[in-house]
Amino acid sequence: MDQGVDGDGVAVSQRVGESESQRVDESASQRSAESLIRRIAPWLGVSIFLGLFFFYPLARILWLGLNPASLSGLGISSLRFTFDVLLFTFYQAFLSTLLTLLIGLPAAYLFARFVFRGKSLLRLLTAIPFMLPTVVVAAGFNALLGPRGWVNLGLMKLFGLEAAPIVFVYTLWAILLAHVFYNTTIVIRVVGNALAHLDPRLEQAARLLGADARRTFWRVTLPLLRPSILAAVLLVFLFDFTSFGVILLLGGPRFATLEVEIYMQAIQIFNLPLAAVLSFIQLLCTLAFSILYSRIVTRVAVTTAPRSAASNLRRARIWREKLFVGGVVVLLLTLFLLPMLSLPLRSIARLESARGERTSVTYGLTGDYYRELFVNRLGSLFYVPPFKALTNSLSYAALTVILSLALGFPVASALTRPGRLERFLDPFLMLPLGASAVTLGLGFIITFNRPLIAGHGSLITSPLLVPLAHTIIALPFVIRSLQPALASIPVRLRQAAATLGASPLRIWFMVDWPIVSRATLAAAIFAFTVSLGEFGATSLVSRPEYPTLPIAIYRFLSQPGGLNYGQAMAMATILMGVTGLGILLIERFRLPGAGEF
Amino acid sequence: MLQLLDITKDYDNKPLLRGISFSVAANETVCLLGASGSGKSTLLRIIAGLEPPEQGTVRWEGQDLTAMPAHLRNFGLVFQDYALFPHLSVFENVAFGLKMQNLTGTVVERRAREAMTQVNLSGFEGRRVTELSGGEQQRVALARALAPRPRLLMFDEPLGALDRALRDRLQDELRGILHATGIPAIYVTHDQEEAFAIADRVLLLHEGRIVRDGSPSEVWNEPGSAWEARFLGLGNVIEGVVSLKVGRSKVETPVGVFGLGCGHAHQAGEKVELLLRPSGVRLAADGNLHGVVADVLFHQDAFKVTLENGLYFYLPEAPQVGEEIRLCVLQSGIRCLTSPT
Repeated sequence: MDQGVDGDGVAVSQRVGESESQRVDESASQRSAESLIRRIAPWLGVSIFLGLFFFYPLARILWLGLNPASLSGLGISSLRFTFDVLLFTFYQAFLSTLLTLLIGLPAAYLFARFVFRGKSLLRLLTAIPFMLPTVVVAAGFNALLGPRGWVNLGLMKLFGLEAAPIVFVYTLWAILLAHVFYNTTIVIRVVGNALAHLDPRLEQAARLLGADARRTFWRVTLPLLRPSILAAVLLVFLFDFTSFGVILLLGGPRFATLEVEIYMQAIQIFNLPLAAVLSFIQLLCTLAFSILYSRIVTRVAVTTAPRSAASNLRRARIWREKLFVGGVVVLLLTLFLLPMLSLPLRSIARLESARGERTSVTYGLTGDYYRELFVNRLGSLFYVPPFKALTNSLSYAALTVILSLALGFPVASALTRPGRLERFLDPFLMLPLGASAVTLGLGFIITFNRPLIAGHGSLITSPLLVPLAHTIIALPFVIRSLQPALASIPVRLRQAAATLGASPLRIWFMVDWPIVSRATLAAAIFAFTVSLGEFGATSLVSRPEYPTLPIAIYRFLSQPGGLNYGQAMAMATILMGVTGLGILLIERFRLPGAGEF
Repeated sequence: MLQLLDITKDYDNKPLLRGISFSVAANETVCLLGASGSGKSTLLRIIAGLEPPEQGTVRWEGQDLTAMPAHLRNFGLVFQDYALFPHLSVFENVAFGLKMQNLTGTVVERRAREAMTQVNLSGFEGRRVTELSGGEQQRVALARALAPRPRLLMFDEPLGALDRALRDRLQDELRGILHATGIPAIYVTHDQEEAFAIADRVLLLHEGRIVRDGSPSEVWNEPGSAWEARFLGLGNVIEGVVSLKVGRSKVETPVGVFGLGCGHAHQAGEKVELLLRPSGVRLAADGNLHGVVADVLFHQDAFKVTLENGLYFYLPEAPQVGEEIRLCVLQSGIRCLTSPT
């Protein structure tokens, strides 16, 4: 019986095969044209979007920056100036990276080798800053060490001082500390992963061959970690090199990196050619670092032995280990918890007299700073109450989510079956990662200050530019988090569903969607948080009458007065809360293993 | 030279080693044989100083080593999968231990080359260890362990990852090198053939204890328990009851009645286990064992005949499957595995 059915089945499928091949012969050209269209279709939206809003503005910058006519107008003083800016950019990035290593390496060792209570919580704590908006970080350090921060006000009250004793904000130290705060997690992840996956027997072999603990570390452990340390260094350096918000908000007017200077030249001095030159230099440097980085990353993969991480972990036993674990834990808690705690606490604390009431000062909890957010004060820098900035940010973020998902989804699914076209276009999708946000903003200014189509208004006055810029920044991440989820669906699962009688539409809802939905949610939240906290591009393209939350925080922070300061704290706290929630949700929804550096 | 006294070790709060004591003499190769998870590797790591025992001492010529860290013991260990340093060349791997002794460059050079010649690796000096074959990596691991002239060499399943032919060849080479250098060695494996081929003495590890200690031929010829006979794959283990007939002990089993050739004083009615060696039989019409042939398999220079009752024997000619045969079990093919209680 069974054999008969089998035989029939084979015969049927052969017949189908024949007729199909005949049909192919008849309309081969028509079919190949159809499949070409089907292949290209998912790329249409992204290509037009990135072409118009990324590659074209980039080309405009290059044209302006390399144009002999605009270059000749710059003169020798600009050259000198550019050189100084470049030097400082390298200098601060070098110092920041060094400090980050100094804290990150012991921390990486701690997480890779020791088990202790609260470990996963501490790891999460060190990872949060990486995704926090720069304005929040700046506000956090301000709340801790700024002239109106906890430490200074405390010392002033304690010793009856007239002025803040600690000058932290607008110094190089503020820049360095904020960079360490941001990037330590990179060292922990990259070096810590390599260390955790290092074959423990290599160190044991060294011990048996007569090497003591010190020599084992220098001769075996460290050389094996070198590629991963180098990778982490380059990544940290890249982030420090292109850092913008931290330098502008915590460094103040005295310090200018390439990134900050592009902004200054474009927005305040309106010297677009010089800004374009700086942008060009910035792009070249970023490109060089990225190429170096990708070369090193391939080496990291070769040297780490795929071993289970568990065998490397131990509890601190001897007093030296206990001292190490305790010391690093306290250091990390101080570095990461204090700025993040002092910000929300400062936003509800009344620590100094308001204007006009010098004599009677009431200390205590207050909700004033939050209440003020809804008030449009006369003489305030805004035409709108700060609360409007929050609703602006939320609607921009929603637009960014919709745009980046709509553009990213087709491309991500096309990339799961990579053909020649996909392999060729894939690197172009990731290019926006290499351009800094400020460069993107500058490109928008240069490109859209004239009408795209003659006779229409120019885009520069449109608040729409902000979500467009945010989409370009979020898109690579969205694609990279959707792609593995889409690729993880085995074809056989769909085929099994089909043999069980499911229609294509039902297959999508019953098989694809349940698997993809989590990743989609994670990507959406990611795009949302990126948009909410974005400062670099926004600071160049946002309109004064449509400020986003980060822009409002920046403006309030640079205004004098306790009330402005308090409102900045309140807004930063809201932003931190929403972003923190987003980070937690992403951690919950993302695929395990996806979305690493 | 090496002496272990009452070593105990727990794993996940369960006893893994429960009082291991043995010693290794000069020039001696001792094979530690046991099933996977029996604690063989852990015992090696305790001797090496990579893990502390819960109790017991490790001594070398009377000196207590328990508190001495691994890098001062001068014991060599060849790891399972070798654990070669991937960032160093073949030569640098071999020279590592010599450099740790702070020898001069020329001495390091000479002795590393010596070790490499010993294992037939000359000419591989500058190669990366990651581009070597399994057998070559094994040789590098051996040369690396040999070069510092350790007082004791330990091997943790060193041939486990290699194919049969290569294993046989490396086994012979290894034995040659161990004899030539005279370094005492402990060799851990779960493969009994490998153990018998390489050892001067075999130790059987079972349930945290050393249940047998003897030369390969002793262990092979005189198994002391049913577990040993099963673990070493010596043949058929069957149960039976002792009965006394005309002053001679016999054992009645479900498959036949056999003589009891052991020196033990068994009581009538006592339950015993017997080993029937698969080669200790001949076809005979009046044989004391019979059964229906279930399977016939060509095996080297004989046929492995499996009966329907599960017993198997090696016979010079192949019977038909389904045929009923009678076999005469020779007295030399029977061994009693149960000591009297």
